[in-house]
Amino acid sequence: MTTTHPAHKTSPPPLLAGFGITKRFGDLVANQNIDFAIQPGELHAIVGENGAGKSTFIKIVYGLLQPDEGHLEWQGKPVTFSNPLQARAMGIGMVFQHFSLFEALSVMENIALALPPDFPKQDLSALIARKSAEYGIPLNPETVIADLSVGQRQRVEIVRCLLQEPTLLIMDEPTSVLTPQETDQLFDVLHQLAKQGCAVLFISHKLDEVKQLTSRATILRGGVKVAEVETAKKTTRQLAELMVGDKVKGITADTKRKKGKCLYEVRGLIRPAFGPFDVALKGVSLKVHAGEILGIAGIAGNGQSELMSALSGEWRPDQNGMLFTEDTDISRLGPTGRRHLDLAFVPEERNGHAAVPSMTLSENALLTGYDEDGVVAKGVIQFDQTLAMAQRISKMFDVRQPSDDPLASALSGGNLQKFVVGREIIKSPRVLIVSQPTWGVDIAAAQFIRNAMADLARQGSAVIMISQDLEEIFEIAHSIAVLNEGKLSEIFESSKVTAEQIGLLMGESHDLTSGQIPPKTNRTSGKERGAS
Amino acid sequence: MIILQPRKHVSLRLTIAVPILSVLVTLVLGGVIFALLGYNPVQALYEFFIAPLARPDQIGNLFVKACPLIIIGTGLIFCYRANVWNIGAEGQLILGAMGAGWVALSFPETESRFLILAMAVMAMAGGALWGLIPAILKIRFKTNEILVSLMLTYIAALLIDWVVRGPWRDPMAFGFPLTRTYPDAGLIPRMPLPGIGYLGQLHWGVLVAFIVAVAGWFYLSRMLGGYKIKLMGDAPRAGKFAGFHQGRVTIMVMMISGALAGLAGMIEVSANIGMLQPHISFGYGFTAIIVAFLARLNPMAAIAAGLVVALAELGGDAAQISMNIPKVVTGIFKGILLFMLLAGETLTRYQIIWIGRSQKSATTQKIEE
Repeated sequence: MTTTHPAHKTSPPPLLAGFGITKRFGDLVANQNIDFAIQPGELHAIVGENGAGKSTFIKIVYGLLQPDEGHLEWQGKPVTFSNPLQARAMGIGMVFQHFSLFEALSVMENIALALPPDFPKQDLSALIARKSAEYGIPLNPETVIADLSVGQRQRVEIVRCLLQEPTLLIMDEPTSVLTPQETDQLFDVLHQLAKQGCAVLFISHKLDEVKQLTSRATILRGGVKVAEVETAKKTTRQLAELMVGDKVKGITADTKRKKGKCLYEVRGLIRPAFGPFDVALKGVSLKVHAGEILGIAGIAGNGQSELMSALSGEWRPDQNGMLFTEDTDISRLGPTGRRHLDLAFVPEERNGHAAVPSMTLSENALLTGYDEDGVVAKGVIQFDQTLAMAQRISKMFDVRQPSDDPLASALSGGNLQKFVVGREIIKSPRVLIVSQPTWGVDIAAAQFIRNAMADLARQGSAVIMISQDLEEIFEIAHSIAVLNEGKLSEIFESSKVTAEQIGLLMGESHDLTSGQIPPKTNRTSGKERGAS
Repeated sequence: MIILQPRKHVSLRLTIAVPILSVLVTLVLGGVIFALLGYNPVQALYEFFIAPLARPDQIGNLFVKACPLIIIGTGLIFCYRANVWNIGAEGQLILGAMGAGWVALSFPETESRFLILAMAVMAMAGGALWGLIPAILKIRFKTNEILVSLMLTYIAALLIDWVVRGPWRDPMAFGFPLTRTYPDAGLIPRMPLPGIGYLGQLHWGVLVAFIVAVAGWFYLSRMLGGYKIKLMGDAPRAGKFAGFHQGRVTIMVMMISGALAGLAGMIEVSANIGMLQPHISFGYGFTAIIVAFLARLNPMAAIAAGLVVALAELGGDAAQISMNIPKVVTGIFKGILLFMLLAGETLTRYQIIWIGRSQKSATTQKIEE
């Protein structure tokens, strides 16, 4: 523990301080006795794993939740925010991780909808153009949201907050959907804001970004504040240790391996867009070999779910000749037929796609296991078998569950993800195809899942991993391709490319300004800019 | 301010208690309505719910009344579990009765035991066909099965009306819209109980109802087909990922529930009427919807639910005779019961949270500042 008292002795009262914030949900203590302070113009991070209490804490700050104990002070005076309206009236703005924008409306219409009723709306479009240009994130107020990239959508949310001249801006996991270039641009904006005196509360579990952007960080673990640190004085590794609680195990892709035979091949896969927001696949080709992990990088919404549905057989092309495992043409086979050929799939969405929240774990084991020997006899489900199957998965993949056979909804996101990935890996498939394997999962669970995939490849299986997390791809993938606007790049050896190069491919032709970004400079850590 | 918050965990006790509570609240409200109508509520409730069970033969009749409700309710549970909203069981029942009637009337002289089996098969085929139409339209043209299945009910009602007045009318019926009576081999006899003998009108169809409910329960809870149905209802994307076909499941549940409604229609006619006439069902196809929900979509519980609803129906008749309470009160009872069940269903899944007035006024004050 570095500091224990939130208020700084000499300086004027902090912009916002929390004292002994406690919040319980039933038996679960989400926040326990948290002290917190942020100064005007400070870039402050809230760091923690999934389930550490970050979201609960910022919801309290933003008035979405009320603390059970403790109170908040705004510029030294006690305040209560019963709802976000009051928090906004005080000058607190928030950009959520999942944007709430209407895709069919324009930038200006979306912003107009979110502004308070008394906000003057004449010249709004000029105001948006001016404000966004001022911060170097130009937005055309007339563009329809559906035409914008995720990064640009985030700018709409940011500009929406900026119009209300906030003194505290909360950013919830803002970089999870951005390319490295977009992240840099975002950090420029946040630095500029801080310079003008607006404090920024940055919620993240990406520690290098925390170090890069912020000057101080409050670290939560299991609902308790374990430390408040100056980020410049800690290494990323030290921060990670504080966050996770014990030593973080790193793994590296073993590069010394010889290429096995090709186990899964896609040849010029074409899939039309069926709805206005579908992304068409425009001739995707790839090969993955025994022992190889192929990482498919790319920003969400560039055809990942469409590619996944084609790889798994949930969607099938009309003619043969597009998908192969070894020499077998599987283009017209559905998921069951492909599973018969020892392929396994883990789609991105846990709830309602890879698993059914309202069913038990054993019933969820049945979802992709009903064709295995002895599980279903003459149409009758052998529940002792499915239960044994679920328990084997839970045991091998360290799925922590409240009872013997709980509903899937009773598991935390990380544990359910371990379950659905484990359900497929435990079958030792020849090819595992997985989308966003560690999305929204805490570090320990993510590491576990990556290890399991690496082990599977080491045993001679091929793995295709669609992921937005570049770090993850570089950590375990042997080869990398980038999916951008329904097109797949060539496949690179991961040892021969840099994150920067991949990031450029990810952002290509997407980003209005990507051609104009200055070369990446080494950023000074935010500490000089912290206090003004 | 009232907020509905999803419950994290729904206990088994709550799951069982809610339907019972719904019935109790319905009774209390029913008593209030009787009092408002000027009847003695205690006496009225007695006539409604106790008097129909006073004699053993009446208990037999209760089971007879519940028989079609249990069979149709079981079929509807298949649909509702799969998130397919079949409202047209009444029409499927009529088509089933017509299919069975066609067989029975085609072999007026036969004494074969197989006649009754052939009638059951044709009844199920007719009902399944009537259920298949909305299923195919839904899959092919994305029509709403609620609307289509309901509209087909009116077509079925007109169809039977036409055949009993036209082609199938008994020439000896003195112009009444009735068919010839079925041959004896096409009738369902009364069922003697060991040690008791005949109990009211209790017939073999009641046994079939029990078997259907138990088999339905086994299928839904123990077999892969039942798992598919629940999967498609709860999470169609996961079902597709597992490799199942939504369209096939829709067709399957609509045909199963149509076939069971048809079977109920055949049993109803063969056990109680013995011929076709314009009206063969007392709205069993609609009442069974209440049974399915009262049973919380569990076929085993449909037995108890069917008996409870049948009791309300019989009670309506009894109260009309003994106290001159209008028959429509039965309808009011059913309405209140369904309403209470749906409210109970919501309260099982959500809990009510009151946000205190002090907090609320503080909120408004703050905003005004």
